Amino acid sequence: MSRITARFAALKQEGRGALMPFLEAYDPDPATSMAILRGMPGAGADLIEIGMPFSDPMADGPTVQLAGQRALKAGATVAGTLAMVRDFREEDQDTPIILMGYLNPILSYGPERFCVDAAASGVDGLIIVDMPPEESQDVQPFAQAQGLDLIRLVAPTTDEARLPLVLKNSSGFIYYVAITGVTGTRSATGDALRAAIPLVRAHTDLPIAIGFGVRTPAQAAEAAAIADGAVVASALIEKLASTLDAQGRATPGTVRAVLDDVRALAEAVRG
Amino acid sequence: MNKPVTPNSLRTGPDEAGRFGTFGGRYVAETLMPCILEVEAAYKAARQDPAFEAEWRWLLKDYVGRPSPLWHAKRLTEHLGGAQVYMKRDELNHTGAHKINAVLGQILLARRMGKTRIIAETGAGQHGVATATACALFNLPCTVFMGATDVERQQPNVFRMKLLGAEVVAVTAGAGTLKDAMNEALRYWVANVHDTYYCIGTVAGPAPYPQMVRDFQSVIGEEAREQMLAATGRLPDTLVAAIGGGSNAMGLFFPFLDDPSVAMHGVEAAGYGLDVENGHCASLTGGRPGVLHGNRTYLLQDKDGQILEGHSISAGLDYPGIGPEHSWLHEIGRVKYVSATDREALEAFQLCSRLEGIIPALEPSHALAHVMRIAPTLPSDHHILMNMCGRGDKDIFAVAKHLGVTL
Repeated sequence: MSRITARFAALKQEGRGALMPFLEAYDPDPATSMAILRGMPGAGADLIEIGMPFSDPMADGPTVQLAGQRALKAGATVAGTLAMVRDFREEDQDTPIILMGYLNPILSYGPERFCVDAAASGVDGLIIVDMPPEESQDVQPFAQAQGLDLIRLVAPTTDEARLPLVLKNSSGFIYYVAITGVTGTRSATGDALRAAIPLVRAHTDLPIAIGFGVRTPAQAAEAAAIADGAVVASALIEKLASTLDAQGRATPGTVRAVLDDVRALAEAVRG
Repeated sequence: MNKPVTPNSLRTGPDEAGRFGTFGGRYVAETLMPCILEVEAAYKAARQDPAFEAEWRWLLKDYVGRPSPLWHAKRLTEHLGGAQVYMKRDELNHTGAHKINAVLGQILLARRMGKTRIIAETGAGQHGVATATACALFNLPCTVFMGATDVERQQPNVFRMKLLGAEVVAVTAGAGTLKDAMNEALRYWVANVHDTYYCIGTVAGPAPYPQMVRDFQSVIGEEAREQMLAATGRLPDTLVAAIGGGSNAMGLFFPFLDDPSVAMHGVEAAGYGLDVENGHCASLTGGRPGVLHGNRTYLLQDKDGQILEGHSISAGLDYPGIGPEHSWLHEIGRVKYVSATDREALEAFQLCSRLEGIIPALEPSHALAHVMRIAPTLPSDHHILMNMCGRGDKDIFAVAKHLGVTL
C-alpha cells in the first residue's frame, strides 16, 4: 500500500479529511523552504504538496507565479527539489509527498530518470498540470514502474463522458479543481462543491481532494468534509510573501508565520 | 525496384492525436481539455460546411482584398545579380499582414460555436490588430494580451487596437513578450471558457490550432502557386519565409510540400547572433524539443527545462517556440531552417524600401535578408518566392531608434 493510500485510509478511520498544504520548492530560498517543509507535519499537515518551479506556470495565478520566480532566482532545479524530499525523508517516513509541476522540466530531466530518482528520494505522487490523460504516455509507464501515484486533475469542465478516461490509470487520489480558473483567484461555494463531488465519487473509489481557491480554515474544513481532503496553496504563499523583506528575502518570522497558518488550517480540518 | 516506403503525401497531418510526427499534441490542463476538444469538433464540422467556406472566401475577397498580388522584384533581382526574386504581397492585406486570413476564419468559427467574447495574444501587434478588426466587424468584445515590452516597442499597433475598440492588457510577467502574453491569454481562457473563444495567431498551441491556422493561412500558398504558374509557367524553385511561431511560412509552404522540385527555407530570428546565449529566437537551430503552450515542439530552454526569453528586434519573431509542423518538417528534412540576425534584417529592411518602394515589416525583413544571401549564388533562371507577410509602418519608430534617428 502506498503512503498516500495508507494515509487516506488512516484518516478515514479517524473520521476526518486530510489537510494538504503546498509549498513552492526554494521559495524564497532553499533553507527557508526546507524549514517549512520539515515543520509542516508537526503543524498538522497530513500530506504535503511541493511545487516544482517552472518559468511558465500556465495554470497558476499571480501568487504562485511570483513564488516560482523567487524560487528560480534562488536556483531551484528539479534535482534540488528531489534533494529536499530526500532530506525530509531522513526524518519523516510517513507523511506522503506529492510533487506538483509542469511537464517540460520533467522531460528535460528525462522522464524515466525523473521517476526513478523521485521514487528513490521518497516522493509518493506526481501531479503534472499540463499532462492530460491523452498525453501521459511519456511519464505514465515510468511512474507506474516506480510505484509513484499519478494524480489526475478533474475540473468543473470535465463532463461525465470524459470522467472515465481521466480516472483510468489514476491512483493515490483525485485532485478536484474547484473553479474554472487559475490558482489563488477565487473560491468555489460549498454548495457548488456539494453538488460536484458526488458526481466524481460515483465514478471512483479513490479519495478526492479539493484544491484551487481553498484559503481559510473554515473553507479547508468544509472542503475536507465534503471530499476527503483540502489543498491550500496560494493563501500560504501569500503569508510567506508578506513576511519577506523589500529584497524578497526571508525574515526571522517567515517559517513560523507559514507554519502558524498551517496549524490553524489543521485545527479547523480536525474540527 | 525496392523503393523505400515513404508517405504518399506530406500534407495529411496531423493525426488523430494532433501530432505531426512526434510533435504537436494537446498538453493543456484538464480545465481546458474539454474546451479544445470542443473547438476541434466545431472546426471539423465547419470545414464540411460549404456555407462556412463561402463566407470566409467572401470576406477574404471583399474585406481583406485577396488575392494579394505576386510581385516580380526586378530592381532587387538586378541588385542581387542572381536568382529572380518574387514577392507574395500579403503586406497589402487589410490590416497590413497575413494574420487577418486566419483571424477571420476563427471568428466565423467562434460565432458558429456561440462564443460571445474573443481573446488573443499578440507580439508585434499584427495579430492583435487583425483580431480587433474582425471583432469590430462582427461586434464582438475583444481583449488582446500583449507583453509590456512589446506594448512599448509597438505603440502604433497598440493605438490601432484601441481605436478598433479592443481592450489591450499589458502583461508584465516574465520579460513581457509574446510567450508571457500567451500564458496570460491561456489563464484568462481557463477562467472564462464558457463564453470565450481564444483566437491564436500562429501555428502553435494545442491541437487543433496548428492545423486550423495552417489551413486558413494556406490561402497564401494556394494563390502563390497559381500566380507563379501564370507568371512564369512553372513552380518556383525556392520558397523563403520568416518564422516566429511560423504561420506565414506554413501558409506559404503547405500547398507546395508535395512538390519535390520546390526547396523551402524557413528563416528564424538570430537576434544578436546564434552564439549569444539567450540572444536569439532560433528555436530549431538553437533549441531542443520540449512542451510549452499546449504542444510538443522545439523550444529555447535552459538545461533544466526552464523556458528562455530569447531576443529579436522583431516583436513578431520574439517567441521561444515554433509551430509543431515546422519541427516535424525540420526533422524529416523537407524544409531547411536558417536564420538572420537583427543587423541583417535591418539592412534588408532599408534595401527593400529603397529598391522596391516597399517598406517591409521587420518579420519578413528576416526572410529578405536570407534572400539577399542566397540570390547572388544562384543562376538567373532560378526563381525565389518570398513571403512579404507584413508591412513596415508599425516598425518605423523602432527602426528609426536603431538607426539613431529621432522622429
